[in-house]
Amino acid sequence: MDFAVFLVQCLNAVQYGLLLFLVASGLTLIFGILGVINLAHGSFYMIGAYLAYALAPLAAAHSGGGFPAALAIGVVLSIVFGYVLEWVFVSYLYEREHLQQVLMTYGLILVFEELRSIALGDDVHGVAVPEWLAGSVPLGGVMTYPVYRLFMSGVCLLVALALYAVIARTRVGMAIRAGATNREMAQALGVDIRLLYRIVFAAGVALAVFAGMLAAPVTSVYPGMGNQVLIVSFVVVVIGGIGSIRGALLASLLVGFVDTFGNVLVPQIAGVLVYVLMAAILLWRPEGLFRTG
Amino acid sequence: MKFRRFAILVRQTSAWRGWPLAVAVVVLAVFPHVGGDFYVDLVLTTMILSIFALSLELLVGRTGLVSFGHAAFFGIAAYATALLSPSGAAPSHAWLLPAGVATAALAAAVIGAFCLRARGVYFIMVTLAFAQMTYFVFHDTKLAGGSDGLYLNVKPALTLDGITIVDLRNPRTFYYATLVLLVLVYAVLAAIGRSRFGHALAGIRANEQRMRAAGFSTYGYKLAAFTLAGALAGIAGFLHAVKDGFVSPEILAWHQSGAVLLMLILGGIGTLRGAVLGAFAFVLMKELFQSEALFGAFAKHWQLPLGLAVIACVALMPNGIVALPTQLRRFRAPLLNAG
Amino acid sequence: MKHRRNTLAAALVAGALCVATVGVHAQSKIKVGMMLPYTGTYAALGTAIENGFRLYVQQQGGKLGGREIEYFKVDDESEPSKAVDNMNKLIKRDNVDVVVGTVHSGVVMAMAKVARDTNTLLVIPNAGAEAVTGPMCAPNIFRSSFSNWQPGYAMGKVAGERGAKKVVTITWKYAAGDESVEGFKEGLKASGGEVVKDLTLPFPNVEFQALLTDIAATKPDVVYAFFAGGGAVKFVKDYAAAGLNRTIPLYGPGFLTDGTLEAQGASAQGMLTTLHYADGLDNAKDKAFRADYAKTYKVAPDVYAVQGYDAAQMLGAGLDAVKGDVSKRNELVAAMEKARIDSPRGAFTLSKAHNPVQDMYLRKVVGTENRFEGVAAKALADPARGCNM
Repeated sequence: MDFAVFLVQCLNAVQYGLLLFLVASGLTLIFGILGVINLAHGSFYMIGAYLAYALAPLAAAHSGGGFPAALAIGVVLSIVFGYVLEWVFVSYLYEREHLQQVLMTYGLILVFEELRSIALGDDVHGVAVPEWLAGSVPLGGVMTYPVYRLFMSGVCLLVALALYAVIARTRVGMAIRAGATNREMAQALGVDIRLLYRIVFAAGVALAVFAGMLAAPVTSVYPGMGNQVLIVSFVVVVIGGIGSIRGALLASLLVGFVDTFGNVLVPQIAGVLVYVLMAAILLWRPEGLFRTG
Repeated sequence: MKFRRFAILVRQTSAWRGWPLAVAVVVLAVFPHVGGDFYVDLVLTTMILSIFALSLELLVGRTGLVSFGHAAFFGIAAYATALLSPSGAAPSHAWLLPAGVATAALAAAVIGAFCLRARGVYFIMVTLAFAQMTYFVFHDTKLAGGSDGLYLNVKPALTLDGITIVDLRNPRTFYYATLVLLVLVYAVLAAIGRSRFGHALAGIRANEQRMRAAGFSTYGYKLAAFTLAGALAGIAGFLHAVKDGFVSPEILAWHQSGAVLLMLILGGIGTLRGAVLGAFAFVLMKELFQSEALFGAFAKHWQLPLGLAVIACVALMPNGIVALPTQLRRFRAPLLNAG
Repeated sequence: MKHRRNTLAAALVAGALCVATVGVHAQSKIKVGMMLPYTGTYAALGTAIENGFRLYVQQQGGKLGGREIEYFKVDDESEPSKAVDNMNKLIKRDNVDVVVGTVHSGVVMAMAKVARDTNTLLVIPNAGAEAVTGPMCAPNIFRSSFSNWQPGYAMGKVAGERGAKKVVTITWKYAAGDESVEGFKEGLKASGGEVVKDLTLPFPNVEFQALLTDIAATKPDVVYAFFAGGGAVKFVKDYAAAGLNRTIPLYGPGFLTDGTLEAQGASAQGMLTTLHYADGLDNAKDKAFRADYAKTYKVAPDVYAVQGYDAAQMLGAGLDAVKGDVSKRNELVAAMEKARIDSPRGAFTLSKAHNPVQDMYLRKVVGTENRFEGVAAKALADPARGCNM
């Protein structure tokens, strides 16, 4: 492929990787700090996409400010939802073994899928890209690149920076890092672990929902979309190191590149490549790229 | 005097702990003669799933290794059976069954060698990843029909000098062959449980470090258990391929691995009968919630009550159905003592 | 005395029971099992097919062959892995007399296998898997729709006639996609054109971006794409968003634009497709069908509704010949084979392999219509390679 095409494919890879990062960062936080294997994380992504579909009429009604408003509403709703879910369900999972966590959250996936089916049906839906982002930027002679995808990458990057800022530079972030490294010690030093866990879980849910809302115009909204994202996110989290945001970012970009170029160069085995990548990295570093604690 | 001896004999016989199992086998053997076609099929499917669950019980229950990728070996054996069966005459399952099982065992040995380097939650993730890898190999490549799946052209039969001894194309024969295999697998695993190997595995589950300190090469034992579990899952895979005459990549999907873990926890981890009970309980629950006779139009949302039931079962009965009598006794005890 | 009276009474009762049973039997309903996708990317297609089928039955006063129809439905989710179990539910649990289904070619192959093993009558209202009227053809398997090869071949002919020399194909990697592309290649061959690249992605993925970039880099004369349902909507929109529709014409079988134009909007305008149905066909049956369908279901019909409607017609023709007695299988099948179906698409007959022999129309997207432009291939029969009937 010539250089211009290579650059465009790199753009595709980065866009996919950054979106994956949003989902994986939430998962790695929940996994690393709460110690809970949450299989339902993919369902939050699916909920986000369906939320975008449900809020689309609202977004269309207020043309300019509709889309950001819909995003904001989605984030607020998801924080509340995450908070409540942690309180009534997830908090009972902390003391249980991994197998029980896996199975209970697996049951949760089934519940969410059916609730969504009852509430919003089983059809495949498209979500319209907002007017002001609907154009295309010409790249090279033949093709144009959708502005919306550039917007997506930009937003994901901003969120990544914001996450970094919060974790590295604020007190809450410090408490999170402490909790991830050594839970008992952090508790002994006066950190309200219960509240911290609730906040972290809500944040994780919000990240996944936000990613789903952002991706909806690009991926369409369909039942089962959560499952695909879930497995890949787990792979990203394991490659990056459980609990490490930095690791999640690097790993998502790696996966984005392997997947995109794999699909173009060797489509037959593209699906397998990501797992080969994970196996290779685990052989080299059994606990992921960046370990915490 | 004779009466006394007779009484002791009766007491000993009725105290034999094998009665529930024997009764179960008899019920299963008699079922095809009383049940309708659809329900006999269902029991057949459940027996195959029981073999699958039993194989995983060796890993999860006895050795303490939670594998989230066990469906890979089930699927590999099923695909091997489909790929190796010739398109013309009926292949003899004298070689087809061992071939399928051997493929699964080989895959388990290789994959196990990689996965067992990881511990704890990483082990769970890595087994999941390898299962996904095999899923994509069968789903995306032209190796075996891709996402549409592959057909078994002729079902196997065991012939000797032209006389068909066991023809698996006959549904009745297939049912009994499956029952026999189920009993065999159960017996083998029970024997392993009482053997030195089985006790070593139990020790690894309890405290691996101590076992290593005592001189056991735990990696070797774990790998042996992993391979054996894969081989037994291969038996279930072979039966699955022959039953429908059709294999598709979905049997390798992580949902399948999750479902079999669910069966184990439903029945009760740590016991063989728990694995079988769990398989039956799971299939019954699914059929129950899908039944339009009971739920009418809501039956199409059967995954909702199933998901809630899963959560409830894992939360309230973490030790499974087999532990229910003990749980109930403990529950009733304070009430009995209150008066 | 008493003995004779009792015997007489018993005989009368027995006689009455016999008459009653026979009578009851003649009035009992025909069980039709609908195995269609009611969820997933093909859900809209499944619903349209069922609507079309029910419309025909309704027009016949709710009866086919003089007997009422009892419907049993199963959602096949377009999942080949669950197909055998779903078929067994209809055949063994619900004991249906005939199975009507499905959309997905992978699922229908499993259905055909079970139908052959159990000798169940199967009428296929969409899935175009060639094996079903090829190596797996059987007297009890009929199709009222098309084989994947037919529209593909017609489009290949059209592409060749319009001067396409360098073509890239893109589709989902499953039976329907592969067969559609093969048909296209065969139609293209005569004019000397060549397919330089075959792009695929797993069903039902819709992440096309990397492949669209690849198409742009390859710079073909024409792109041939096979997608249907939700995937078709997304692909056409993404194709336009990448700016490719301005320089590289997008061709495809009609599934790319049937039932999807409302959602595709501006991105589909001007597209050429081939299919055995179109908007603006000048025949009375179509006009009547459209009016009736719109009145009953409040939406315009598409090719899937027509196929469902014709499946009912086909079944009805057979049942009429045996006066509703499904046990007379040979006569039923013979009647269905000889039937000339008065379809909204134009009248058609069945080939020896039980696939429709029909005209393939060239259509152009104008507004929300696939407007009839001409006949791309007249009375096109599927080659039915491998069928021994």
